Formats: sequence, structure tokens, C-alpha cells
Amino acid sequence: MKFGVVIFPGSNCDHDCYYVIESVIGKPVEFIWHQDTSVRGFDAIILPGGFAYGDYLRTGALAKFSPVMRSVKEFADKGGMVIGICNGFQILCEAGLLPGALLRNVGMKYVCKFLHLRTETTNTPFTNTLSKEQLLHIPIGHGDGNYFADADVLKRIEDDDQVAFRYVTADGQVTRDANPNGSLNNIAGIVNEGRTVLGMMPHPDRSSESILGSSDGRLIFESMVNALARA
Amino acid sequence: MKATVIVTLKPTVLDPQGMTIQRSVASMGLDVADIRQGKYFDINLKDGASLEHSRKIVERLAKEVLTNPVIEQYRIVWES
Repeated sequence: MKFGVVIFPGSNCDHDCYYVIESVIGKPVEFIWHQDTSVRGFDAIILPGGFAYGDYLRTGALAKFSPVMRSVKEFADKGGMVIGICNGFQILCEAGLLPGALLRNVGMKYVCKFLHLRTETTNTPFTNTLSKEQLLHIPIGHGDGNYFADADVLKRIEDDDQVAFRYVTADGQVTRDANPNGSLNNIAGIVNEGRTVLGMMPHPDRSSESILGSSDGRLIFESMVNALARA
Repeated sequence: MKATVIVTLKPTVLDPQGMTIQRSVASMGLDVADIRQGKYFDINLKDGASLEHSRKIVERLAKEVLTNPVIEQYRIVWES
């Protein structure tokens, strides 16, 4: 079982992800350079947070042209497990691996804080150790996390149980105040139709040890390990 | 030959930047109904490129790179 963390020019959570997999989860992990043309030998790919290509043009827009992304797309098309965190989520949307797009936060501010997520589905390799409606305490840090999809697409991902996490209050209610960025339906993370690609704005990589304020993020990585062990 | 590609958010997509500008300038007494922010790209084609080829290149660039079709739309303005 081997994890890969992709490094784009401008990634800045690559080492956080690497550290969590190696030292907290205790599984083999290697970095993958954006110029690499193969992801052979990897069982799960992490697209980390940061500002790939300086967010030039649009967040995530130029990263999709990196040589490595062609391999990541092939890997995902064959059912490989891919998680995009924050900027990684933006890249997955731009690359067409996930539906929708991430717009500028409604409040126009970069928002950096801990908040509450509600687990909307356990039927994914990223949430299989969680229970439905389980609350997670995980931080966000982004300026463009406002999830948007047109009405048809939104209906489809809701109907097909593709919403993985929603922003909620401390007691699990979906309210406007609990929504930090204006995301439609308070969406914080979604999976693709095949359920093996997850994009989420909150950072499980920054919340996998209690010394950082929460270890809830660890459950997501443990779910991935669990899914890979079963495969 | 030169092309300008103008990219704007689709009318159905909220534009927090435009809204913030509109609210801010209202305090200067510049009261307008709506401001939408966009961006444009000046593209100079290579000397000798045919019109047909140039149109193809710019159209592809606008569609596949400069806009995200989920949220944006574009129009192309040509100058010779």
C-alpha cells in the first residue's frame, strides 16, 4: 500500500500530507513531481493544498496541464483513489475529475478557522470508518471555496449521494451562518460518480493529531487505508 | 492579427467581487444597478497565420483554457 503526494509549483501542504501518512497513519508515502508522467506503483494519490501555479488564470486551472495530471486522470478513470484537499479540490474540478467549480468566497475574505463538518455519506473509501451524520472538527483556509454547480448537476450529485461533507453548526444543523464561503447547499466536499475521487475544502491534513486542535481528519486517511486493505 | 478574449462569469453565477465594487462606489455617489467583474486576454497571432487557422486557435484557447465552462462565458473581438 503506497500513497503518493503530488507537488505542483506552489503547493504548500505537500509536506503536511506526507507527514500525516508517514508518521501519523504509518503507511509508505512518496512525493510525485508535477513533471512526472507516471503514477505507477501508487495505490492512492493526494493532491495537496496550496496555490498551484500561483492560482494564475483561475485557481487550479493551470495545474490541470501538468504532465502528472494526465496520469492522475488515467489512474482515477480506472477507479484509483484520489483525494484533493483545498487547492487539490479546485484542481480536480478544473481537470473535470469532479463536477462543479469553486468560486471566490461570498464574503470576499480568506477564511482560516476550525469549523464543523457533517458526514453525509459513509459509502465512499474516504468515509467508511465514519458514521452517517458524524460531526468532524476540521479547519479551512481558503479564499476560493464557494462550491458552485448548475441546478441540474447539483440535483444529480445530491440525488446520487455524492455530497461527502457539509458545513454545519456545532450541533449538526445546516444553516447559513455555518456556511463560511457561500457554497451551494453548504457543500464542503464531494465524490465523483465512481465514488473513488474526493475533493474537500477543509484540511484533514491539518487536523490529524490532537496537538493541532483535532485529530478528526485522521479518520478520513484511516478510511482510505481501510478501503485499500480490503481491496 | 490580434484577438481579444473577454471572459465574464455567466449571468447565473454570483460575482462577489463585482458586488463589493458596486457597494463601495455607491459611497462615492456613483450609484449603478450592477457591476460584474471579468478579465480579458490580448492575443497576437503569428505573422502569416491564416484567418481560418487563427480563428481555430483562439476559439480553442478561449474554450479550453481561458474559461471554465461551468462558471464562465467568453466573447472574441478581432482586430486586423
